[in-house]
Amino acid sequence: MRRRPRSPILIIGYITLFLGFLLLLFLWSWQRLPLSDTTLSSLVVTSSRISHQFPDPRTTVEKRKEVDEFYIPESEPYLSVDDLFDYGAQEEKGKKGDGGEPFLDDEMGFSDLHGHGRPVGDDDKKRSGGPCRMETCFNFDRCQITGALKVYVYPLDKFVPISSTYEKILNRIMSSHYYTNDPDEACLFVLSIDTLDRDELSHDYVRNVATRLKKLPYWNNGENHIVFNLYAGTWPSYNETELGFNVGKAILAKASMSVEQFRPNFDISLPLFHPSHPDKGDDLGTAVFNEFPTHKQHVIAFKGKRYVYGIGSETRNSVYHLHNADDVIMVTTCKHGKNWKDMKDERCDEDNKEYDKYDYEVLLQNSTFCLVPRGRRLGSFRFLETLKSGCIPVLLSNGWILPFSEVIDWSACTVMGDERALLQILDIVRSIEPEKIFKIKQQTQIIWNQYLSSVERIVDTTFEIIRDRIQKHSARDLLIWNTAPGALNFDMNFADDIDRFPFHHTGNDNSLRPNFTAIIYVHANAAGPKAVGAYSNSALFRLVKNAGKSKHISKIIVMWNSNRAIPRVWPEVPVPLKIKQATSNTVSQRFLSDEEIETDAIFSLDEEILLSPDEMDFAYSTWKLFPDRLIGYQSRSHYWNEPSEMWHYSSKWTNDYSMILTGASIYHAYYNHLYWIKVPPAALLLVESLQNCEDIVMNFLIVRTTRKTPIKLTWKKIPQDSARSQLSPDRFKQRHTCLNDLAEIYGSMPLRRSNVRLDPVLFRDPVSNLRKKYRQVEVQS
Amino acid sequence: MLLLIVGAVLAYLLYFLPSYPPVNLISYHKYQQQQKASRQSAILSSSSSVEDATVANHFQDLQLVPLESAPVRHVSKGDLQNRQELLDNELEWALRAPRGGERGGTRSKCSMFTCFDIHRCGAHNGTLSVYIYPIYQWMVDGQLVQQSLSQEFYQFLMSIKKSPYYVPNPNDACIFVPTIDLLNLNKLTVSSEDVLAVLSSLEFWGNAGRNHVLLTMFPGNSPLLSLKTNAIIASAGLFVENYRLGFHVPVISPSPLVLNRASNTSKNAIGENQVRNSHWIAVAPQGAFTFDLLSSNSNDYSILFLDYCHNKDGTKMRNYSVRCSKYHQMYQYPDVLKEFDFCLVIRDLASPVLWEVMSVGCIPVIVADHQRLPFDEVIDWRRSSVQLYEHQMHQLSSIINSISESRRRRLKKQVKFIFDKYFSSMNQITMTLLTTLKDKVFSHYAMSIHEWNGIEGHGSSYVQPPLFNPIIAPRDSGFTAVILAYERVPSLFTVIQRVSQVPSLVKILVIWNNQLKDPPSLDSWPKVGIPVKIIRTKENKMSNRFIPYDEIETEAVFAVDDDIVMLTVDEMEFGFETWREYPDRIVGFPSRSHVWDNSTRRWKYESEWTSEISMVLTGAAFYHKFWHYAYTNELPRDIRDWVDAKMNCEDIAMNFLVSARTGKSPIKVTPRKKFKCPTCSNNEMLSADSGHMVERTECINRFTEIMGFMPLIPTEFRADPVLFKVDGVPGKLKRYHDMGTL
Repeated sequence: MRRRPRSPILIIGYITLFLGFLLLLFLWSWQRLPLSDTTLSSLVVTSSRISHQFPDPRTTVEKRKEVDEFYIPESEPYLSVDDLFDYGAQEEKGKKGDGGEPFLDDEMGFSDLHGHGRPVGDDDKKRSGGPCRMETCFNFDRCQITGALKVYVYPLDKFVPISSTYEKILNRIMSSHYYTNDPDEACLFVLSIDTLDRDELSHDYVRNVATRLKKLPYWNNGENHIVFNLYAGTWPSYNETELGFNVGKAILAKASMSVEQFRPNFDISLPLFHPSHPDKGDDLGTAVFNEFPTHKQHVIAFKGKRYVYGIGSETRNSVYHLHNADDVIMVTTCKHGKNWKDMKDERCDEDNKEYDKYDYEVLLQNSTFCLVPRGRRLGSFRFLETLKSGCIPVLLSNGWILPFSEVIDWSACTVMGDERALLQILDIVRSIEPEKIFKIKQQTQIIWNQYLSSVERIVDTTFEIIRDRIQKHSARDLLIWNTAPGALNFDMNFADDIDRFPFHHTGNDNSLRPNFTAIIYVHANAAGPKAVGAYSNSALFRLVKNAGKSKHISKIIVMWNSNRAIPRVWPEVPVPLKIKQATSNTVSQRFLSDEEIETDAIFSLDEEILLSPDEMDFAYSTWKLFPDRLIGYQSRSHYWNEPSEMWHYSSKWTNDYSMILTGASIYHAYYNHLYWIKVPPAALLLVESLQNCEDIVMNFLIVRTTRKTPIKLTWKKIPQDSARSQLSPDRFKQRHTCLNDLAEIYGSMPLRRSNVRLDPVLFRDPVSNLRKKYRQVEVQS
Repeated sequence: MLLLIVGAVLAYLLYFLPSYPPVNLISYHKYQQQQKASRQSAILSSSSSVEDATVANHFQDLQLVPLESAPVRHVSKGDLQNRQELLDNELEWALRAPRGGERGGTRSKCSMFTCFDIHRCGAHNGTLSVYIYPIYQWMVDGQLVQQSLSQEFYQFLMSIKKSPYYVPNPNDACIFVPTIDLLNLNKLTVSSEDVLAVLSSLEFWGNAGRNHVLLTMFPGNSPLLSLKTNAIIASAGLFVENYRLGFHVPVISPSPLVLNRASNTSKNAIGENQVRNSHWIAVAPQGAFTFDLLSSNSNDYSILFLDYCHNKDGTKMRNYSVRCSKYHQMYQYPDVLKEFDFCLVIRDLASPVLWEVMSVGCIPVIVADHQRLPFDEVIDWRRSSVQLYEHQMHQLSSIINSISESRRRRLKKQVKFIFDKYFSSMNQITMTLLTTLKDKVFSHYAMSIHEWNGIEGHGSSYVQPPLFNPIIAPRDSGFTAVILAYERVPSLFTVIQRVSQVPSLVKILVIWNNQLKDPPSLDSWPKVGIPVKIIRTKENKMSNRFIPYDEIETEAVFAVDDDIVMLTVDEMEFGFETWREYPDRIVGFPSRSHVWDNSTRRWKYESEWTSEISMVLTGAAFYHKFWHYAYTNELPRDIRDWVDAKMNCEDIAMNFLVSARTGKSPIKVTPRKKFKCPTCSNNEMLSADSGHMVERTECINRFTEIMGFMPLIPTEFRADPVLFKVDGVPGKLKRYHDMGTL
């Protein structure tokens, strides 16, 4: 190699570079300086520049006169400098004055706020000024501003039985991550007294609730408690405030709430659900067709009871006006209760005849819109039934606070009718364009599935709404709440910006952080080299080297979960290589979630599965277009075995698959975080006890979150000598058990099958190799 | 006296009777007519000074006159007291009910259902109709209510008048706007009871101001909310305690300082992506707020405390456009806020600080425990501000510092979006208010939260795709083959025969696009076991293949050219299967790509077999029927016209449309690259002259220009059956074994 003398140009270049560096350093340090007046010098006003106080409106009016046909008389602005400058003083005056109400609440003076976590003073007095708000009736000190929301459930009193519905609610809480049995750790308290049905005539009605509440050790006038209720009041007034006890400062989570009684941003309006509502599972709704435009036999339908007289009867009594027995079906019956005949009116017989001609379930499936009028109370089972079937609810329930309306935008999935304008309903629904119907109908399914489809979802939604209030500065926005996969799958403690999550990315945006982190898992069962020195030609080292050769690698982390000694010398790779000793022995350790991971993509690898750099790069290239899915090279499937009535696990060659093994897979880093906070404690325990199935759990988690299948890439022959692929018969059998146990824990089998495998565009095509980008993918090792 | 009361009671009954649900109705229109009639008679009997209002069809447009040249009207407080009994009888008062207790009792009886007469709003076909009272100089017992009307109030009235909602005839009106300027209540020379006396004398006020809207922005110390009315109050700084849920409207109060010079300083003064490396917070004085509140943060270097400036003698400098720091440095205000990412808006939303902060694009950090944020029923403040509780003030710095840069950038963008769209002028604030009212009155047509807050702003380019419910399309409903035919009858028949063997096919639709030649006679068509329909078009347009024909009854469309004879049954069935899993995309066989040509600085159309694809041509592709609708109704007019003029590129246009609306790539299925005959190596390269390629390149560049961006998304994968080319698995075990190679 020839050595060139250093040219003067080069030296000048060096000097310039150096000066540039100094400048950068200066700029950097300047940015870090404490903010002082001089840093904003451009905006500093010198006294000579002070001019007018407000612009003279007359000059602007002159200009406007030329362009506008509308002439505005000259006048002053509505606010003067005096108004604003003396505002504080006026307020003080207003407080002391006696004309009208004081503008500011007396009791909420500023003095309360100094240096305290929360306002101090006589609590009861403070609250006399208005209904409960989170700020006045909730003790934030009990809750963490970041982190998990913990819920305590009082021990059950075996002498006071609870209804099956309330049992479902309590079971959900106690089997979830929210649950704590330590009241000191709890942010929220849930009663073991069943308060769901407060209709005195009901057999679920629990007596003496007020005295029972007083005996509770942490009741404290209801502070940080949630009281669940579905029915209040009784015949004939059905007064929603008749709970039979004072909820005090407790948050009331109640069905059929009205605008009059609802305490905004404090109470939570629940959907009314049936005792047979599933306790858990993943009901996707029954609108599996997505035809455009919607072709349904009926435009709108209603089939239900009417009460003839009394509260809430007018609307249902007049719907027959709309019935045309063709595209509008409105049929009612007077039959309810034993003595319906005593009360029947002249239409009853005719109505009953028409009523029997139609089947409720069939109507739900065959109409575009379904009428949801109020019953005796504002809410009805019908609302959920309608949403589930993808029939668009047309609400006739004036003053009803719709379920979870603090976060759910019901205008996007219902039609709000008005009981006073019942006859307009037909004109309204007929005027809604097909494209909007297409949208609304899909939205019903999203909202149903995410927040309403099971008791579990309803309870979780209630808690998550409260969590958003506690973590107000990072509350999930309404776009997150009202799109798939929904707020229950967003944990803002992972990141405060939507870009860091796997969802809502499009193919063209650059919102994903580039490259991937490879996590190589070294586990106890693998038959690795016995001696530290024997690694040089091991599968592990070859894998590390391959990962280092990938074009998109950013870091390699080796997760060492084995008793074998860790080698001291590792292959040279161009990216950081970290060896992490597992802190506990569980197989779940591979789902590492900490600040070491600085990319959005994680390539999860087992030590014995040798992927080529091309295979890693092709997987990454595909992942960028499906960042919310689990993508990998090894697939498995499940099937229902009729004779044994069990799920079976299969590793055979099949035409479809439903799982991707995590030993050679790429997916979003968020799922590792979600694994630890979202997988039911019972499922984590199962993995722990078997030391197996962690990858099945990951498949369950991702599919349940996204409702999308995993993706298998090309065809890869996995060497059959590796311990992992050749599971012992026992380990294999365990995986059957896992499938069935997990389906039980989750309440349904969420896995979905795919028939499609993704290959590089020219995979195994008889064309020149030069055209192919990922040549090694075709080479079988 | 007694007579008067009886008369008034009668009038009251007449007036409100029709607002109860109709009992015996034949048709809604007839009902409306009755309504109108009874309303008019009510007007006649309820007030003595309405002659001018009842003269049919001679309603004058509102005249925006200076107050001093407006006619004078006298009212006396005595009249109001006479009516007191009546007022007390009206049940729907909000504030009459006892307050107190954690439940808050029956504190907000008023709602759109109880305090608003919806039947007044039926006449205008789903749009709001707003009447503005004429301007009068009101005298209460000889005392002038106000000296003048403010500039902003005139702008408010003018904005309504200019809007499509304005009606000059009060009988057509759904909403009534009194012309007393209540924007700044401190400016009134009389008490709020006197204001009530004036309002009560309005012709259509009735007993408590149903359907009336009162706008106030600076409530000062006598809030309108203390008035006993059923009017909808649009006010800045509404409190949770006296806010009627779903009825009152919290609004924003604009700053006259900035508002009136807004025409000079252009909007783009707000730097969209000016995000700094550190989180600086500015705090300007506002309302009764004192800096003591921030005492725990006072040593924080990242907070700039701006106070009013003081003269040398210690008196307050009466200048709104300057602020001083504690080091007595003077700054231009609100321009100085531009330099900050976050600006504290504390306690009092009735002051214009929130507006000032947003006007310069600073992210408001709102600390206002029991206040409603402006238009919070429709504006998602979680996306456009950072909110804290007052008890979290001591954590201010740490919370702000924990905000990531990408969230900060997103917040800034959204603040600008919301401000520009809804707040930037008095006209916009008025329109936002009217739209909110429209959504309340016609709640069945209300805009969704997505529509209000924009969905594009989310994610770098996130758009809500038309098919957003993640379901696998059902197999049973099958697909419809839509074949575009011109004259190649033999190959058309071959295609029909081939396609008809695909198990999931339910119907074949032949679009006969040749007006000069009739399609072959019915008996010559191949006999296949499924329905074949022929549609003759009126014009030979390429867009005809994408019309959303009613004859297509399935979700899935298989668009196929009349010369695609090489596809096997397994390939087509597998194509359908793949589409089912990706129903929002174009899933098909012929793929193409686009590449950036550095020499010409233009996009180039590429039909070579490369490792990358970005388009799947509709010569043989599955997609959802919705795209026919979208192509016909949503594709930019210019693109459709271009396609019809050039008789080319309809398939490229479809790819542009689908990728733009979904943000997703198409999917190429199977290795198949030859479609017309086994020996044709590359149909496009050989078949057409080089002009064809030039034209397609032209299309890509033209479409990109029209759309404003390049929506196509390149991918490096294709879809194959799971067992495709898996060694050692016998063909009979493979669900799709007859897969071609090239």
